[in-house]
Amino acid sequence: MSIPEFMSGTRVPDAESERRLVEIRREAERRGELRVVGVRPAGAPFPQASPETGYYGIPLLKEPQWTHEIPLYFFVGGAAGAAAVMGAIAHYTGADRRLVRDARWIAAAGAIISPALLISDLGRPERFLAMLRVFKPQSPMSVGVWTLMGFSGGAAAAAFAEFMQNRYGPTLPLRIIENAGAAASLAFGLPFSNYTGVLIGVSAIPVWNQNVGDLPIHFAASGTSAAVGLLELMGHRDSHALQALGLGAAIFELWEGLRIEGRSHSHLDPLKHGRSGWLTRAGGALSGPLPFALRAISAFSGRKRCSRLRKWAAMSAIAGSLITRIAWIHAGHASARNWREPLEIPEPRSS
Amino acid sequence: MSTTAFLTDSTLCIGCKACEVACKEWNGLSEDGFDWSGYSYDNTGAVGASTWRHVKFVEQAPEPGFGGNAAELNSWNFSSDVCKHCAEAGCLEACPTGAIVRTEFGGVFIQPDVCNGCAYCIVACPFGVVQKNRKDGRAFKCTFCYDRQKVGLQPACAQACPTESIKFGQLDELRQRAEDRVRELHGRGMKDVRLYNPLDTSVKGIHAFFVVRGDPRSYNLPPRPEVPTIYAKKGWQASAIAAGMLLGGSILAFLSDGNRKHRRLPR
Repeated sequence: MSIPEFMSGTRVPDAESERRLVEIRREAERRGELRVVGVRPAGAPFPQASPETGYYGIPLLKEPQWTHEIPLYFFVGGAAGAAAVMGAIAHYTGADRRLVRDARWIAAAGAIISPALLISDLGRPERFLAMLRVFKPQSPMSVGVWTLMGFSGGAAAAAFAEFMQNRYGPTLPLRIIENAGAAASLAFGLPFSNYTGVLIGVSAIPVWNQNVGDLPIHFAASGTSAAVGLLELMGHRDSHALQALGLGAAIFELWEGLRIEGRSHSHLDPLKHGRSGWLTRAGGALSGPLPFALRAISAFSGRKRCSRLRKWAAMSAIAGSLITRIAWIHAGHASARNWREPLEIPEPRSS
Repeated sequence: MSTTAFLTDSTLCIGCKACEVACKEWNGLSEDGFDWSGYSYDNTGAVGASTWRHVKFVEQAPEPGFGGNAAELNSWNFSSDVCKHCAEAGCLEACPTGAIVRTEFGGVFIQPDVCNGCAYCIVACPFGVVQKNRKDGRAFKCTFCYDRQKVGLQPACAQACPTESIKFGQLDELRQRAEDRVRELHGRGMKDVRLYNPLDTSVKGIHAFFVVRGDPRSYNLPPRPEVPTIYAKKGWQASAIAAGMLLGGSILAFLSDGNRKHRRLPR
């Protein structure tokens, strides 16, 4: 390891170095102290609190303290909610029975996984029921938990009745349970597929609350494309309805990506820069343009090729949906770390 | 019961951190580690789960004539930060368990026996006050010494403050005192003194306000704190639109699906 010249005691004096020493001596004589550049200790200049630097640039807002279960919950809940809606509509419009059944299974799986994820994120999971002692319409978390409860009950009941009827034949009580469950999972599935957008939008985190008007629609599209993808992977790759819904969601996600990229606002920075920016772009590409292109090509392809393309579109959309939720949580962290935003101190212009 | 408040006067604060110590001792809070932040004499940087009072050390470049400072001296201000106990509190609105309540003294209090650690209050606070204790799992912040107020005592920090920089009293009375104090200091030549109490935002004023010198932003006090519930209307409207789009889209997609009649699974 080589020692830098100035620390090694081997520096060769020259006119410049001697002139500097004289300058330091004069300054010391004149003022009794040195206040010139060159005598700053390591790490100088000292950090300062000011209207330009805030409070030493220490973030004002606290970062979200949710665990990795939360973006996963957003993903599962979004897909399950949308699947329940599609299953119910498919049922009422007399679509393929197998599609109805599979959509119900996805909803039911989500109905079991979602509360598990939500509860395991709690600091005190054993106190989950404390959320059910009140209903607070002004708290999206409270509204969401009750929506989840209604959805889980409905989706589980519909799937249970479906299973029992397939096994033991239809009976009146089972049909009542099935229909009530399907109706409940439709009614609660609609808000359940998008409320998580409201949940993070109604917060003090700038990147979230500044997008509150788009987040629920964005999340609904993301959940829809994931639900379509799951159903397609379960074999429903010849359904025109799913193709249409998948296309619609992909178009919306494409538009959402363009909306984010097209505007320049400091509160959108976490969606464009750094790790959260790359995650947002990756999630956006997998949710929007890629499945859109694959689906568009598949529409003009033969049956076999169409099925293969739709399988790829499905996988892309599912991955995109998951990455999109993770990206939004990451963006929330980055936004909370940005001390400038809540203090309204603009970035110094780089020129 | 009438509403009580804190008035924290940074012009009287000597940065002794007696309030932090008194708060920790009374409330049995854990230590924060013996770290030095390098930001003046600050060691935690902000209030948090185990720091309910936090003394800020606002160190600035020498500014000749700053509030009567001699030209060579760094301007050095101290201010004891605390939960603002907002009139419209984001954490209280967000709490899904009802653990966060407004006490009879007007303070915002987290009932530790109800909180289940969902952490939603943390992203709902526009001042970054509430924090989850990772070991314990629950969210914590200043209780406004609810227990002490209940028996007629003032909060531990105010009790311990040696310069009366932290004043405790009735909200209306303290607000008046704060205004008088600002006027008095202005009269003495400290023209940069101001009262921080965001009455004109959706937070609608705070029950712990601050007399500070200079720009409140150098104290990490946001110019326009907003209670997140103001975003709820827009959010739920978008949610309704999203639900309508999913419902309408599904109906349209399945109704127009030509081959739906042919694929019935025999029961």
